[in-house]
Amino acid sequence: MNRNILEVHGLIKTFGALLASDGVELEVREGETHAIIGPNGAGKTTLIGQLAGELRPDRGEVRFAGEDVTALPAPARARKGLARSFQITSIYPGFTALENVMLAVQAHAGHSFRFWRKARGESVLRAPAERLLEQVGLGARAGAQAGSLAHGEQRALEIAMALAGNPRLLLLDEPVAGMGAEETQRMIAFLSTLKGGKTIILVEHDMDAVFSLADRISVLVYGRIIASGTPAEIRANAEVRRAYLGEEADA
Amino acid sequence: MNPRKRALVLAVGLLLLAAVPPLAAIFNQPFYLDLLRRIMIFAIAAASLNLILGYGGMISFGHAAYLGVGGYAVGVLAHYGVYDGALQWGLAIGASALVALVIGAVSLRTSGVYFIMITLAFTQMLYYLGISIEEFGGDDGMPLAAKSRFPGMDLDDANTFYYVVLAILVLVLVLGHRLVESRFGMVIRAAKSNEARTRAIGFSPYSYRLAAFVIAGGVCGLAGALLVNHTAYLTPEFMNWTRSGELMFMVILGGMGSTAGPVLGAFALLLLEDLLSGWTTHWQLYLGPLLVLSVLFFRRGLAGAIFGKNE
Repeated sequence: MNRNILEVHGLIKTFGALLASDGVELEVREGETHAIIGPNGAGKTTLIGQLAGELRPDRGEVRFAGEDVTALPAPARARKGLARSFQITSIYPGFTALENVMLAVQAHAGHSFRFWRKARGESVLRAPAERLLEQVGLGARAGAQAGSLAHGEQRALEIAMALAGNPRLLLLDEPVAGMGAEETQRMIAFLSTLKGGKTIILVEHDMDAVFSLADRISVLVYGRIIASGTPAEIRANAEVRRAYLGEEADA
Repeated sequence: MNPRKRALVLAVGLLLLAAVPPLAAIFNQPFYLDLLRRIMIFAIAAASLNLILGYGGMISFGHAAYLGVGGYAVGVLAHYGVYDGALQWGLAIGASALVALVIGAVSLRTSGVYFIMITLAFTQMLYYLGISIEEFGGDDGMPLAAKSRFPGMDLDDANTFYYVVLAILVLVLVLGHRLVESRFGMVIRAAKSNEARTRAIGFSPYSYRLAAFVIAGGVCGLAGALLVNHTAYLTPEFMNWTRSGELMFMVILGGMGSTAGPVLGAFALLLLEDLLSGWTTHWQLYLGPLLVLSVLFFRRGLAGAIFGKNE
């Protein structure tokens, strides 16, 4: 068995009276694609916020690559190799697609207190960014303003930005949200090319995407992980069927 | 407008500015030399504000503080008999940068309205500090004992001083243009565009913003040193909050986040002010609506209207 790249223990986060994370336990193994599913309001977004470092848990621990990162803010976690995409597309709309990815490359290329050289002309930033755009199928769109790209292209751009700096863990928050059927298939096909090479946490509502990509699945309900296991195990789990999958699993 | 055309327009503008002293001499209109020098000094201050406001999205409503600190650095040294220009201007830049470091370190921990109010509050503190120091004339201020002295350069000569200001303006614009295109510039622009994304790819915006704040403060301090030499009079009015507002107006009117914007804004605002105040004492009554209209109809500022989308 591969070692765990991410371990979450006893994570508790409250917002007023709302217990958004109620003792979350989660283990993600190196190299696997681990899906987190759960009904609306289960606390997925809160959990992701705590994994990425944007939210501090009230209690509990997040360990990344063997290190306690609970107190580290998001930028520091990103530099350690924990990259993310956002549920609602988050890019730089005024910059070109290439500049978007170049910025992500730049974030992993030492400090940016460099004041004189034109960043746009630096091949050490440009070459990897062009490669990443090719990889996600946006090679031809490098010069386009990111804000003018189609929705599916923007999602792909976000993945390219997350891949910059060769992250050890990719945290994808609903990568196919808002996509049409064709775009969804294309994204699933692309993500499956990453499978195995990258460790991926996939938070997703789209069950096609989840069951065709995930090696393991954790089910989050009311701030708790009620089950973790292979897709087959999750399908067969009575509690999960009751809490979440409902008729879809029976069908 | 394509880059070549834009370069041509900028070159023509520069030539026109360079031609002002001989033309003013030919037509015997020294007033215009004085007016344009003043405008260019404010253009330098506005350009420094543009770095943090236009490119960095930091809505500092206290940028006049650095005009004041720079002015006081020169005025106070002169008051005690130190006229050496390198020392005076060096202190103006250094002290302003230091004040910006303190103000920035505190205010950049906030955002939105709080940031605006804190930067304003700091500047008001400095303004009242200036008023309270009787030694330097209190709220009356005091005349500058003598202009800054440089070996082989006489600022009392109007033409010399004019070209010094023009050279500094060009230098500030060129360096500023390089800066915003550099890695550093990309980070502060990115943080303005989308802070959450910027943090998620691994940048902590705070230190970059603070550095930009300090650079802007230092440059504006230099503008303050020029301004006090220009007016030959030091007063706390340098730091009046309406000054901060004027600087913001220049940046917004000229076009935020464009190299030429603050220069155009400084020209438009101060020329209008000069023109309207020549007609009526109630010129502010007419200036206000004009500014409102221009902000409504030139969303990208004058620079956007002249140079098009990319500048």
